Amino acid sequence: MATSWTPDQPIVQCVDVRKSFGALEVLKGISLSVKKSEVICIIGPSGSGKSTLIRCINALQPITSGSIQIEGIEVSDPRLDKLALRRKVGMVFQQYNLFPHKTALQNVMMAPIHVLGQKRAEVEARARALLAKVRLAGKEDTYPGELSGGQQQRVAIARSLAMRPDIMLFDEVTAALDPETVKEVLVTIRELAEDGMTCLLVTHEMNFAREVADHVYFTDRGVIVEHGPPEALFTAAKDERTQRFLSQVL
Amino acid sequence: MHEIGDWFQRLYETTGLNFSVFYDAYDWDRYFGGLKMTLLLSVTTILLSLMIGAVGALLQGSPSMLLRLPVNAFVVVFRNTPPLVQIFFFYFGLGTMLPAVEAAGMRVPLLSNVQWAIISLSLFAAAFNVEIFRSGIEAVPRTTLEAAEALGYTRLKAYVHIVLPLAIRVCLPALNNNLVNLLKTTTLAYAIAVPETLYAVKQIWSESQNVFEMMVVLLATYGILVGVLVWLMHRWERAMRIPGYAR
Repeated sequence: MATSWTPDQPIVQCVDVRKSFGALEVLKGISLSVKKSEVICIIGPSGSGKSTLIRCINALQPITSGSIQIEGIEVSDPRLDKLALRRKVGMVFQQYNLFPHKTALQNVMMAPIHVLGQKRAEVEARARALLAKVRLAGKEDTYPGELSGGQQQRVAIARSLAMRPDIMLFDEVTAALDPETVKEVLVTIRELAEDGMTCLLVTHEMNFAREVADHVYFTDRGVIVEHGPPEALFTAAKDERTQRFLSQVL
Repeated sequence: MHEIGDWFQRLYETTGLNFSVFYDAYDWDRYFGGLKMTLLLSVTTILLSLMIGAVGALLQGSPSMLLRLPVNAFVVVFRNTPPLVQIFFFYFGLGTMLPAVEAAGMRVPLLSNVQWAIISLSLFAAAFNVEIFRSGIEAVPRTTLEAAEALGYTRLKAYVHIVLPLAIRVCLPALNNNLVNLLKTTTLAYAIAVPETLYAVKQIWSESQNVFEMMVVLLATYGILVGVLVWLMHRWERAMRIPGYAR
């Protein structure tokens, strides 16, 4: 199990993942893998189970059957050490979900102090550097409610990075943003990817997927219809459903 | 101080309005003693009811039925019965069943009427506080909790650092109302002879035959006490306000 994983193996390994909400099966046997420093995009129509998959990977929702391993840790194991898993996995949400009663800087500092018990001075220095990295230097003492959507989302990215994860999950992180602010968030993610961060994104930003992703998965109604390098998928999709979806969104 | 006493003395002689507490030292001592007792009752019951309410709300949100059930039963019992009956139940019902203790050569009840009043009123207000805190906790978005979970927060840590600070802000206005009610409900302790303000004032007007004047003093006293409490609560509300957060 956790002991058998080596860094040359995929960080995320999903095998035949199934997930049902009551009688409704939203994931019908998903298999995919993410290697270190890879950027993977999952695209597809609404309701195809993309967000559910990414939430299952972070154990926010239990899977019905199959296997998800993060660096060899089986997520569906009932004895799962959730803290061990979440130290490896950072997650950014569509609605930012910042802690509204804390400033931007405090939002970034909270988890390393409360969860990992790290020293305040150390954490603060790192948090300031992270905020500068996501181009929010000068906004340290601002509350989330005073920031724009794009700024809040970048604080959320810094907040996840403060935990030094091995992989970042992005769940439609630009879907709630104004068109002008989408770009600033995408630039931030692209810089992360260029630094070698392993990223798994559920996204509707086709241009971003095309330019930044190493591998793109197209999902529809709970299955992976087609996957491959972005150029191949976007220019020469083989499946008729992929073609139809791409012709609608491009 | 003499001037005030003289002025009220003259007021009595010229108009017949007898505010004896302001010129008669004996009446003043009784009134002031009552005021101190009211403050003691108010402060202790407010603090106790807040603590019991917070713990109750935490237990109420627990996944364990065994923890939720007693809290729900407590809320139903104390919310569905009159506070005066509760005080009588504790003092005359439970109080007489407890063993007496030896103190200074006399056999006295284990708990005094003041202590029973504090216990009874605290529980009464706590039942409402549980529900008030719950409303605040439920107003914290699930997604905010999920973000905490994704960062590795345990249930308890998320409660302490994220849920409670947000919940308090949401439920402060309702809490405010309940604490004002609690302060006024301390007058019920009169019924078990706790010498609080109403009790003291009643004694004064029985002897000095100045019911109307003492009524005015009594109403003004509570009006001012509640005013101070409300002012403090509003200050707290303002201090907790978050820039840019849902108004």
